Amino acid sequence: MTNHKKFKANVKVGLKTSVLDPQGKTVLAALHSLGFNEAKDLRVGKYFEVVLEGNDRQSVETRVRQFCEKLLVNPVIEHYSFEVQEG
Amino acid sequence: MKAAVVVFPGSNCDEDCFDVLRDVCRVDVQYVWHKERNLPPVDLVVLPGGFSYGDYLRTGAVARFSPAMDAVVKHANTGRPVIGICNGFQILLEAGLLPGAMLRNESLSFVCKHVYLRTETANTPFTKRLERGAILRVPIAHGEGNYFCDPETLKRLRSEDRIVFRYSSEKGDLGPQFNPNGSVDHIAGILNENRNVLGMMPHPERASELILGSEDGRKVWESLLS
Repeated sequence: MTNHKKFKANVKVGLKTSVLDPQGKTVLAALHSLGFNEAKDLRVGKYFEVVLEGNDRQSVETRVRQFCEKLLVNPVIEHYSFEVQEG
Repeated sequence: MKAAVVVFPGSNCDEDCFDVLRDVCRVDVQYVWHKERNLPPVDLVVLPGGFSYGDYLRTGAVARFSPAMDAVVKHANTGRPVIGICNGFQILLEAGLLPGAMLRNESLSFVCKHVYLRTETANTPFTKRLERGAILRVPIAHGEGNYFCDPETLKRLRSEDRIVFRYSSEKGDLGPQFNPNGSVDHIAGILNENRNVLGMMPHPERASELILGSEDGRKVWESLLS
């Protein structure tokens, strides 16, 4: 039997630090205008929850990395990180 | 000259491109649905503007995996011209046919207006009927036209004469006040290494007849025809 276990991957994608994030700047300015002056930097990113099947954590992680590199992430402007949970 | 306009779900400038090619330029043109695995035998492929797949994930990110895109890549690899306009440009970037990526406009606003473009090179099949420095008045309409590439890529684009259009003033001056989206180096259009693939955010097809306010964009089509 293959692919009989269920996993969940939580993928975070953000803009690289070398890329300006005008959306983040605008949200930061909005926080400041609400009086939250301790907020010093803010960058807006994306979050994906992927439910998938696989044999073991290691092979699932390899597949999720492929999801990211093939489609979820544009490596020219974005970086990513993810964690995989079983069940 | 034969041409194909690829239609993706969410394309909305396909008919404008088709109309200009057929009725203004008298080109034998046909639509190709994105599910097609092969292109008809054509000289020119147009990837039109619009909001393919609702711009979900990233602009052009899903459309680039359409079956027709494999055929577009093959077409490009034969050296025949491909022009991607607006969303078509975004698709070319995602497909890796052109370097770099698109970011949200610096203003965060969708910008829809006429802009001035300075022609940076006539050494392309798309601009050979123009002179370097020629100013065109052409509309833009996009929320993500803020072209980005790393400094190394920018250096190559410059040294290889691959920047085709820059946003400028009516007189050809450059400056942030003439750059509608924050694009690096005021870039509005770039070429691939082989100079047969052009991506541009402005819409020449919406500026190819006087009744539409400008016919400056027609020079792009006329260059391709000559």
